[in-house]
Amino acid sequence: MNELIHLSATELAAKLRSGEVTSVAAVQAHLDRIAEVDGGERGIHAFLYVNTEEALAVAAEVDAIRAAGGAAAEALHPLAGVPIAIKDLIVTKGQPTTAASKMLEGWMSPYDATVITKIRAAKLPMLGKTNLDEFAMGSSTEHSAYGPTRNPWDLDRIPGGSGGGSAAAVAAYEAPLALGTDTGGSIRQPGAVTGTVGVKPTYGGVSRYGAIAMASSLDQIGPVARTVLDSAYLHELIGGHDAADSTSLDEPVPALIASAEAGARGDMTGVRVGVIKELQGEGYQAGVQARFDESLDALRGAGAEIVEVSCPNFKYALGAYYLIMPSEVSSNLAKFDGVRFGTRVLPESGPLTIERVMAATRAAGFGEEVKRRIILGTYALSAGYYDAYYGSAQKVRTLIQRDFDAAFELADVLISPTSPTVAFKLGSKTDDPLAMYLNDVATIPANMAGIPGITVPGGLSEGLPVGIQFLAPAREDARLYRAGAALEKLLEDKWGGRLLDQAPELSVATTGGVA
Amino acid sequence: MSAISREDVAHLAQLAHIEMSDAELDKMTGELGVIVESIASVSEAASIDIPATSHPIPLTNVFREDVVGPTLSAKEALMNAPDSVDTRFKVPAILDGE
Repeated sequence: MNELIHLSATELAAKLRSGEVTSVAAVQAHLDRIAEVDGGERGIHAFLYVNTEEALAVAAEVDAIRAAGGAAAEALHPLAGVPIAIKDLIVTKGQPTTAASKMLEGWMSPYDATVITKIRAAKLPMLGKTNLDEFAMGSSTEHSAYGPTRNPWDLDRIPGGSGGGSAAAVAAYEAPLALGTDTGGSIRQPGAVTGTVGVKPTYGGVSRYGAIAMASSLDQIGPVARTVLDSAYLHELIGGHDAADSTSLDEPVPALIASAEAGARGDMTGVRVGVIKELQGEGYQAGVQARFDESLDALRGAGAEIVEVSCPNFKYALGAYYLIMPSEVSSNLAKFDGVRFGTRVLPESGPLTIERVMAATRAAGFGEEVKRRIILGTYALSAGYYDAYYGSAQKVRTLIQRDFDAAFELADVLISPTSPTVAFKLGSKTDDPLAMYLNDVATIPANMAGIPGITVPGGLSEGLPVGIQFLAPAREDARLYRAGAALEKLLEDKWGGRLLDQAPELSVATTGGVA
Repeated sequence: MSAISREDVAHLAQLAHIEMSDAELDKMTGELGVIVESIASVSEAASIDIPATSHPIPLTNVFREDVVGPTLSAKEALMNAPDSVDTRFKVPAILDGE
């Protein structure tokens, strides 16, 4: 394996700055890795599109600026030349955007998402677009219309979802950085089950302009990486106010890099860490609970004050989420009707009216899970049920916020396992939607309240990664980086390296070329 | 809360503009029944005096100067259209038989 792909984003950035390595070499190393492990029968299948030409061109541009030196070289962003993968829910000019749906097969966005504009300005070569559950609806990436992504730790298991492609790409060394989106855990849960780092920023902290909307009051774009420090660099790059997103916070981005660097000293003296009573125990695998308890011990040993907090209304969070999210889905996905863009399918027989064309288009263009959520949301919003369902769910949202408010009186950050289980086998839950929904039980409360969350690797159970989640009050994303970097440092000292160092080598022989 | 019937699902599918086969309706009815039952508990938590939260961070309306900003050209707007005429989207008949 080319050692360039093993470097963290910040390590690679340092080598690019010093001139030891060129961006073209770094990008080529990752493209080679993608060609080796992503395609074929048993490939990872993290990528839906590989952006070879443009990535190499941007890399060459960065190399030329560096070689010329002077003010232009000085002005380069710290991550300039470091390649990145983009979840295919985020729109990009010049690369297809499918949302992993047949509905958008072949669709080319006429504009860039704001996060993409920032990535272009900072000159990070984009390696391509990563796989996801269709329109980000799922916890396993098995609902992709283009086939599932495999977990690099065990090719027969799911990489989490919906952002399984971004997490697997980073875990399999196909990219040092990626973008994800998190509506109920779609950055954090894949991070947990692939042994990587993922952050859901405070709602409004990163512009959502150009992220194909799933549930607008819950969606948030965030960083996917192998280290907490890398996440901080990417988060600072993509964060900040954007006039094109009316939900964007008009505030400066917090000092996340500095917080991650402070945390990496491994000192948690004076930090109150609140253990959420309701997010452990029943339903959480013993191995997950064991790694969680060890993490608490490590934090305690580093000076943290561990306190227990109770969030009694979390038991309603999953139910409220599965009313609010589908309600917003049913509205947001109404635009996919075969009129202005995307697929158009004509009915097989009968009169050719626009209504019948829409119904045929949506029948053929959407997968099962998307249809399920649209119908559920249409139900929750329909006359006679609105108060009982959507109205009640919005009240539960208030209760969850109050639970968090009370908990943050007692603690600076909260902690829980990110996911109740390690990665499960591909296919084992596809026929049981409810079992699939339970994967997000620990991540959903943060979206309901708009607060930020991070997952960091917490060790292995049955040879598979376990994730530890920290939560912080809204706008206090910096606390996540401090605590996350501290736990990362404490556990890596114990393991003698990164958790991903323990991942099995991917056998190049079992895979073919790029799909 | 009442159970969700097959007729309900057929009606909802029509409202949502999704054509469904008989087999799909049967499957969806069963699945939605299980899901709706499991989420019904939210109504027990939501007493009258609790205010609803529609949005996690309180929002105020955002205004900008009333000036024309960057817009897509007609060509860009139409480049993904399934069908178009000149600078317009082309769709099948809006009303049956016309």
